[in-house]
Amino acid sequence: MAEYEFDTEGVKKTFTFMNRKAPYGTVYALEVLETVLISAAFEQHANIVFVDDGVYQLKAGHDTADIGMKNFSPTFGIIEMEKEDADEDEDIDMVWRILVEKESMEARGLSEDDFKVDIEVVTAAELADIVDASDCVIGG
Amino acid sequence: MAAYNVNGTEFEHDEEGYILDVNQWNEDLAKVIAVDEGLDMTDEHWEVVNFLREYYNEYQIAPAVRVLVKAIKKKFGADKGSNKYLYELFPYGPAKQACKIAGLPKPTGCV
Amino acid sequence: MLHTVNKSPFERTSLDTCLRLAKKGSAILLIEDGVIAAVKGTAESAKIEGAVGNHPIYVLGPDLKARALPEDQVIDGVKVVDYAGFVDLAEEHGAHNAWL
Repeated sequence: MAEYEFDTEGVKKTFTFMNRKAPYGTVYALEVLETVLISAAFEQHANIVFVDDGVYQLKAGHDTADIGMKNFSPTFGIIEMEKEDADEDEDIDMVWRILVEKESMEARGLSEDDFKVDIEVVTAAELADIVDASDCVIGG
Repeated sequence: MAAYNVNGTEFEHDEEGYILDVNQWNEDLAKVIAVDEGLDMTDEHWEVVNFLREYYNEYQIAPAVRVLVKAIKKKFGADKGSNKYLYELFPYGPAKQACKIAGLPKPTGCV
Repeated sequence: MLHTVNKSPFERTSLDTCLRLAKKGSAILLIEDGVIAAVKGTAESAKIEGAVGNHPIYVLGPDLKARALPEDQVIDGVKVVDYAGFVDLAEEHGAHNAWL
């Protein structure tokens, strides 16, 4: 196998994680969540975005006991914790934003109070600028 | 299915020694798993194991090693907040060995 | 930024969301089942017809051909590209956003 050398010292990019699928019906939501958690190790900037049915991932009160699947809702607390750590610790150069698109939220009759983590609500137009300014977009 | 035997009670585990039901865990079982791993549980080992259990209870997932290091540092002081310290306690890796003793599922990937 | 959409507009909202969140002027390439959106005279044609003024829009020829969708039925203003053209677009536009 070829050997690769990566010089990542000082590299800082902005990643956007685009969550568009409802939880549990498909594996997309969990896969994106795991990718976000892994990426935290690299201390990069991240926008964790929820649009379309993806907004249901954040709804408070998931109870999966009767469908025989693991409830990964508590795991979103890690994203919130990482974000707070990065915001408080001056030694960590990492800006994380947890963003919900207003249009998707309202189309589903939801409001900010329905979510289990603190989020920023942004309009489609604002989100378009944020997504366009990122170096890498990971969809799911 | 193989099982740990703790004072006559059986605790099923997978082929690598991770118990199947995280809710069955107790401290006596942890000691038995530790013996299997060739470890003598000290207060320092328990600090890490208990932290892992608390973290898992809250977030339903084992922490990434760097999160573990950071959290241990915050909680127990700078001299304990290093990879080296954790590997001294758990020579085969904190993620694998400490999680197994804490009764957590095998960590997937690098988290 | 290059946006790709690989789902039919009859089946998923991927195209709608792409059009709502793609910044004006950014390129959109329709691939796989996404090519269905590029066809004239369907109940979903209006979406791409309304977007050609705001974005350069491309459709992958091999995916049209595989689905027996003739190039002469592609909406005006949408350019048909082959795989080499896909590579050129990816190179030209930097970051890639795949709407799944």
